Amino acid sequence: MTVLDTPRRGLLLRVLPPGLYAGRASKIIERSVLAYSRMWLVFASGVLEPLLYLVAFQIGFGRLVGEATGPGGAPMSYVAFVAPALLASSAMNGAIFDSTFNVFFKFRYAKTYDAMLATPIGPLDIAIGEISWAVLRGGLYSVAFFVVMAAMGLVTTPWALLLIPAAVLIAFAFAAVGMTCATFLRSTSQFDYINLVVVPLFLFSTTFYPLSVYPEALRIVVQCSPLYHGIQLMRELSVGALHPGMLGHVAYLVALAALGIWGTARRLSGLLLR
Amino acid sequence: MSVSPTGRVVPAWHGAWLRVEGYWTWYRRYWKSNLYSTGLQPLLFLLAMGLGFGSQVQAGPATGGLSYVHYIAPALLVSAALQNAVGESTYPVLSGFKWQKDYLAVTATPVTPGQVLGGHLIWVTLRLLLAGTVYAVIAVPFGAWLNAGAVLVVLVGAATGLACAAPVTALAATTYDEGVRFNGVFRFVVMPMTLFAGTFFPIEQIPLALRWLAWISPLWHGNELARGVTLGGLDPLPALGHLAFLGALFAAGTALAHRYFYRRLVV
Repeated sequence: MTVLDTPRRGLLLRVLPPGLYAGRASKIIERSVLAYSRMWLVFASGVLEPLLYLVAFQIGFGRLVGEATGPGGAPMSYVAFVAPALLASSAMNGAIFDSTFNVFFKFRYAKTYDAMLATPIGPLDIAIGEISWAVLRGGLYSVAFFVVMAAMGLVTTPWALLLIPAAVLIAFAFAAVGMTCATFLRSTSQFDYINLVVVPLFLFSTTFYPLSVYPEALRIVVQCSPLYHGIQLMRELSVGALHPGMLGHVAYLVALAALGIWGTARRLSGLLLR
Repeated sequence: MSVSPTGRVVPAWHGAWLRVEGYWTWYRRYWKSNLYSTGLQPLLFLLAMGLGFGSQVQAGPATGGLSYVHYIAPALLVSAALQNAVGESTYPVLSGFKWQKDYLAVTATPVTPGQVLGGHLIWVTLRLLLAGTVYAVIAVPFGAWLNAGAVLVVLVGAATGLACAAPVTALAATTYDEGVRFNGVFRFVVMPMTLFAGTFFPIEQIPLALRWLAWISPLWHGNELARGVTLGGLDPLPALGHLAFLGALFAAGTALAHRYFYRRLVV
């Protein structure tokens, strides 16, 4: 009889030096759920923020603009134009916040990961566990956002249901890359560098106005932004204007996610298993 | 041989300025990353919202017949000042008590807790003036200002920021476990205030039942003053009212903070 639930693998695999992965990523998620159950206020505020934005656009910004040009060239209300972009950028913001600020704290100050690695948990478990948690949280937020969108009458096609998995994909990609970046940070003042990337991405990835506003040369720069692809994907899904080019958006985000996971596991094993 | 006491106590203002000097020593080392968040970030907002989003907005009664960039430029300065002021008065103040403990160290010398508070508020003011000036200057080539009233907008920004820094400092002085309190201030007070206090659109668009929330927010008073001094249309009586509101908030916040600083630092 054992106290721990032993993974089904041979003794050799468990004692060999690399020990990158022990199949216990779910334990990391379990820990996060426990920790956050005591911080429900933080959790709730994460839901509230994009909703406040949505309300502000409904009563404020929307009245200033009137109509916007949607993906298919069809006119749409400004709120309907902005809502999917807000969902995309809040998925990014949430994921980055979770995977940089929180991970940095656990990594440098609380030494949570050092403690974990002293147990049969490997760096890849930590990477997968933390990123999954960020994704789970992002998924919950996007469901809440979607419900409010529907209540405001902004959901007009069944394709819009795909906004939720798309938001999860965006959260996944940014969480993975964000966590890799978090391992490079040495002091809290360097968080400004993260803002230096995230804020321009949020502001300039066609969140609030169409790409046509930019001069030709700048459009190419904007189109390199990963959030731009996320927003395009969401906007097209929200009106059901499907086309093959959307696979390109998805491929970009998937590649970003893969890069992030690889980078995180590599960095963590380099830093923690010395 | 006996050691005779000098009997010198640091004069009130001098003690506070000694603190400012201490902040300045630190700032000289870290000004680069700070200048980004204080000067550059509001400018990015000006580009995205003023020029980008503004290109979609028709000048009309809602913007007072002005182009959107002129409408939003002064308000963005004020709301950035508010965010800076609140940011500077949360974790840094708690850190003075709890992590770095420099407040405790300094009050072991003849500097009093009141002077520590004064030094903090003076430092915040200087930071707000610097950040506001940086923003105002860089915004010139983007055509954000109609006239030299921009100089007064910097002062309005500092006043609004200060009116919020004082009560938040009082809150930080009563905080022992960082927990979720500061997060709550940012997400439940600062964030909604930025969106709904007339920064991006007139508060007349908010339903009447909820408009009082904008009226009691310091940011709305700051925005009204800032637009008034640069775009015109500010009557003396409302202007005095806005200033009085900000002044009252500052006075009440400082009085509370003063009491809490003494309670926490005098053993």
